[in-house]
Amino acid sequence: MADEGREAIKANNADVWLVVPLYNEGQVIGQVVSEAIETFSNIVCVDDGSTDDSAQLAREAGAHVVRHPINLGQGAALQTGFDFVRMSPTAKYVVTFDSDGQHKVEDAFAMVERLRTEPLDVVLGSRFLDGRTRPGLLKRIVLKAAVGFTNVTTGVKLTDAHNGLRAISVEALGKFRIRQNRMAHASEFVGFLRKAHLRYAEEPVHIIYTDYSKAKGQSLWNSVNIVIDLWMR
Amino acid sequence: MGSQIVIKVILLVVIALVGLLIVWPGAGARRTALRRIGLLCLTFIAASAVVFPQISNEMASFVGVGRGADLLLYGLVVVFIGYVIATRVHHNRIDNQLTELARSYALAAAPKPNEPLN
Repeated sequence: MADEGREAIKANNADVWLVVPLYNEGQVIGQVVSEAIETFSNIVCVDDGSTDDSAQLAREAGAHVVRHPINLGQGAALQTGFDFVRMSPTAKYVVTFDSDGQHKVEDAFAMVERLRTEPLDVVLGSRFLDGRTRPGLLKRIVLKAAVGFTNVTTGVKLTDAHNGLRAISVEALGKFRIRQNRMAHASEFVGFLRKAHLRYAEEPVHIIYTDYSKAKGQSLWNSVNIVIDLWMR
Repeated sequence: MGSQIVIKVILLVVIALVGLLIVWPGAGARRTALRRIGLLCLTFIAASAVVFPQISNEMASFVGVGRGADLLLYGLVVVFIGYVIATRVHHNRIDNQLTELARSYALAAAPKPNEPLN
């Protein structure tokens, strides 16, 4: 019975693609793909020149894998994933999903359902809309400052600008192109919401701060790099 | 000290011109030509500063800078800033091209979305 329900959900999500930027996540990517594929049968991992066996593990877990011959950055990997999905004649929605296990598949599912039922082009995950996610004080300050910066520079009002979990209609993918190869793509994407007149909403999501994702997490220095990247381009 | 306003204005105008030249949109042939003319002028100025050092001294006192060597140093700084910006722009363009190249290679090498795995 439970399996039948699972299969029905999977069949219903045949028009959804998960785009997962992948860079040296061999420790967790197998589990992340195996878990997500229970709900979303279409997953494309864009391997950004990993030096470990990430790509192989993702493939074994059932994901499509597109491999950058060299490391280009997360923003570039996302755009490659979007180009890949746009080659599919049946794809209607994409979800950008992190490879390190910090996003919940249920949240992604709920966001796609909103795209299906509401007049929206983009649904953005926000970890600040409810009390589930508990980042540390410093992380909270950095994230809030980033939101403030993005809101001021793009004129879009959001509660969480640097959340990797987003659901986007494939139609909307044709209206913008990510040029920020590295981490500044998140702010760049928020700018597209306004420039491309995309209809968007935020959805409360839960970010799981595992020890693993904490150890790899964004450093304070990275926010300096993001601001400079945005300014120099 | 007030006489140094001349050199300040000259330097700022040159910096602005360099900046304008770099961000000037379109017209590849015109940009290339302007860049080459600029380089030729620069070579000419450098050569004359070597052959006739008194010219740079006279120029310096004319614009209110102490010595010709100082004037040359200011010129060098302006040229260097222009070079850094131009290199940065060029680097960004190469970066974009490399990204697109790597991307199309990656997409061509991978199975298409509607193809079954294995």
